[in-house]
Amino acid sequence: MTKEMNLEERFQQYVDAENKVEPKDWMPEKYRKTLIRQISQHAHSEVVGMLPEANWITRAPSLRRKVALLAKVQDEAGHGLYLYSAAETLAADRMDMVEDLLSGKAKYSSIFNYPTPTWADIGAIGWLVDGAAIANQVMLCRTSYGPYARAMVKICKEESFHQRQGYEITMTLAQGSPVQKQMAQDALNRWWWPSLMMFGPTDDASPNSAQSMKWKIKRKSNDELRQEFIDKTVPQAEFLGLTIPDKDLKWNEETGHYEHGEIDWEEFYNVIKGNGKCNKQRLAARNKAHDEGAWVREAANAYAEKEAERRKKKSSAA
Amino acid sequence: MSNKDNWKIWEVFIRSRNGLSHKHVGSLHAPDAEMAIKNARDVYTRRSEGISIWVVPSESITASSPDESEPLFTPADDKVYRHPTFYDIPDEVGHM
Repeated sequence: MTKEMNLEERFQQYVDAENKVEPKDWMPEKYRKTLIRQISQHAHSEVVGMLPEANWITRAPSLRRKVALLAKVQDEAGHGLYLYSAAETLAADRMDMVEDLLSGKAKYSSIFNYPTPTWADIGAIGWLVDGAAIANQVMLCRTSYGPYARAMVKICKEESFHQRQGYEITMTLAQGSPVQKQMAQDALNRWWWPSLMMFGPTDDASPNSAQSMKWKIKRKSNDELRQEFIDKTVPQAEFLGLTIPDKDLKWNEETGHYEHGEIDWEEFYNVIKGNGKCNKQRLAARNKAHDEGAWVREAANAYAEKEAERRKKKSSAA
Repeated sequence: MSNKDNWKIWEVFIRSRNGLSHKHVGSLHAPDAEMAIKNARDVYTRRSEGISIWVVPSESITASSPDESEPLFTPADDKVYRHPTFYDIPDEVGHM
């Protein structure tokens, strides 16, 4: 048996015993790479996720809605930063990650390539998109890599307000005038299927999942998480008097779960390939923000240098 | 790769309230200590998590290596006599 084999086996035993892996511990190179890819994609998703909602900050229908949305979008920026930090503990370079996002090389969650044409979309995003994200992130609080798990615990605490504010927006519309109720229904129709796609391909079409489960990076499969989300969300839609846009959706008494219709995976892969409604717009907005922020970064550098200079002079004068 | 800002990584420690120690909460990038404190305030204390912040350049931290953890930490494992329960005191004596 080679030494490398030995280490990998020991690593597996260590993870199997529910121990956390910390930055300086030995880990298989593929474990490190898988985590860097997953955590940086997750960070990018938080960052790009600000865009569809930021679109509505200036047009929020009341001050109450506006401060909440502003706080939520600010949280997403914070979540991106927690995650970039977690990826850096694996020796990933922050600027490389940012560069990969801006150049289009790195992926982010496809859900953010859908547009937000009405205020009701902001409700649907909080309720459904954050709801789906929470299902995934609650699982990740128990991921085997310590810094990732800790970032997730912090994120989950904050996400819960996001989902509640989204549901409240949707509820207000659903209990409003017939036109408002229709707006809420239309938004549900737009976001339901893309939300189900957020969990990724079905288990039999997700070849990397098995290794991630073995290393306890993931603790539940895509299909398990998707089912959890559906079971939780259907009663929430019923409470609002809204209809889930799936004619095949039905309760299975025996399994205690809802059965759902076929997901349009062609659409899913098409959006991943870059052909969603907003892929180009999102990347362009990110690049524009980054470029327009250049002077702030430069000014901060110049200020830091000047201050350091000043301190040096002061201490030599003393 | 182009390193456009060369900002240092800072480790952030937060004291949640007086009476408790500062605790590591994560890291961030900043050009200097002053900006690191400002960034830490925005990134790590949006919900009244703290009343005091420490920032330390990551490069200033020296950490023990996991490879040394056996010689460093196992010697303490067999020194049960360092714990109060090692000593037999009759119940009549009361709490000690």
